[in-house]
Amino acid sequence: MHPAFSVIFLTTLIGAAQGMFMALVTGQVYSVANLLEPQDSISFYFTGSMIALLLLAGGLVAAVFHLGKPSYFLTRAWRGMSQWRTSWLSRELIALPAFMLLVALYGGVHYLGWTQPWAVIRNVLPVDASLVLGTLGVLMSVILFVSTAMIYASLRFLQEWHSPLTVANFVLFGLASGFTLAAAFSAWTGVNLVGFFGTWAVVFTVMAAITRGFSMLRNARIKHKSTMSSALGIRHTKITQRSMGFMGGSFNTREYFHGRSGGFLETVRLFFMVAVFAVPVALLAAGDATGSAYLPALAFLVQYLGLLAERWYFFAEAKHPQNLYYQTVG
Amino acid sequence: MTQLALVIDLNVCVGCHACVTSCKEWNTSGWAGPMVDQRPYDADPTGTFFNRVQTFEVGEYPNTETVHFPKSCLHCEEPPCVPVCPTGASYKREDNGVVLVDYDKCIGCKYCSWACPYGVRELDEMQKVMKKCTLCIDRISDESKPESERKPACVLACPTSARLFGDVHDPDSEASVAIRERGGYQLMPEWGTQPANHYLPRRKTRIQIFEDELERVDNPLDKEHPLPAATGDTLDDVSF
Repeated sequence: MHPAFSVIFLTTLIGAAQGMFMALVTGQVYSVANLLEPQDSISFYFTGSMIALLLLAGGLVAAVFHLGKPSYFLTRAWRGMSQWRTSWLSRELIALPAFMLLVALYGGVHYLGWTQPWAVIRNVLPVDASLVLGTLGVLMSVILFVSTAMIYASLRFLQEWHSPLTVANFVLFGLASGFTLAAAFSAWTGVNLVGFFGTWAVVFTVMAAITRGFSMLRNARIKHKSTMSSALGIRHTKITQRSMGFMGGSFNTREYFHGRSGGFLETVRLFFMVAVFAVPVALLAAGDATGSAYLPALAFLVQYLGLLAERWYFFAEAKHPQNLYYQTVG
Repeated sequence: MTQLALVIDLNVCVGCHACVTSCKEWNTSGWAGPMVDQRPYDADPTGTFFNRVQTFEVGEYPNTETVHFPKSCLHCEEPPCVPVCPTGASYKREDNGVVLVDYDKCIGCKYCSWACPYGVRELDEMQKVMKKCTLCIDRISDESKPESERKPACVLACPTSARLFGDVHDPDSEASVAIRERGGYQLMPEWGTQPANHYLPRRKTRIQIFEDELERVDNPLDKEHPLPAATGDTLDDVSF
């Protein structure tokens, strides 16, 4: 498939935002349970939510450029929420604004200080608006993760994508980059949660390395169901295209081919394996050892760049069966 | 239920591209707006087409066979492109099974084209909406036309009658009979899309002729061999 930068930015930005938001809510839940010290509503939870919201808005802007015309965002995109019964893309188009709303409300509640408990369950769990909104936000984030990943995983003849590993990868990459961002944010603002978020970031990064490793292994030895023989219905093992019927190129020759050499793909793969997995873990460890305020931020930047490459490779490695019909110009 | 479809006879298709050009001509002048070409007279021209004819070589020289292969939307009975559309712009008509795109609802996200294993959907580069073969829906449903012209443009244009059009759910239609009697098959059956369009395979027509069918043993005009009379008694020499 031809990697579209609009979708690459959309999926990586909202993934990081979802992970960041989940990190904030995790921090809050831990502090409610007295496992971590409570943080300031405005400087930590509100600012953190706004960072997540900013990333989500960036993803939304990227998504607008995936539409045929950006103007369709105003005139037609609302229809995209109508087919949620059958379309994972439609579900994503509902879950994304719903999640943005919940993140905004969560940040807003913290900003306005509406954190007086409504009720205290069993004398230990004070339930306030932020905890309810945070929980709902995490649930919506899970829905959004699954919807985004299933857009790809549900296409059964794109066999490289049609696997539960695709969903695992999207979720774990989002969590890894989000928790790294949370660690970077904590380090930058001097909050004492760098170790907590950083540890989880490393855990998620390692888990992502495992699931992505499995999916790369799976894709390397994948046996495609469609062949020239099944595409044409001709029972012969040697079928060669002599002409695709035109010489100037078409949507079919542009949309489904990445147009790069195998060597380039291999370079991208090596780059993302280093930038997503190895370097951020090393930087987070170095940051933890030195107490640096900047190393976790650098870890996030490197990992984000790596994730851009990873998403590019994710598209490029998928082979669409329609390509069987477009092998030779003629 | 009606399921309109094309049945394409690979045995008689000569790869002349008449269906391609007539398709483009009819559909670019239709009510749905032009099928845009970009840089048509320049280097690197490109454009939107609903139908293509491709050419394949089967086998290895000298035992090869050339197959011309027309390819357009197959109007699947289980179209994978329809349920993935987020806006409902892609739909399959209840009354005749034709898969269509509502160009006013499409947001050009291209997801349906990813979901089609056959690659028969094309994004129009000017209108920025997804387009595809409509089976000339404006033509086949136009009751002001005589019955004989209510067929897709490609079918009417084909000089070898390689394209049959009809209801594949009606067992007595020309299309159904052709599928049944001439080994009609579907493309990429492995995906369960149940394409309505079918293809008829290439066939070898061979006559088996034996020597004695070409040359009568008792050919009276035979000059090369002596008449049986010269070698002995004939029937006429026997007296009763």
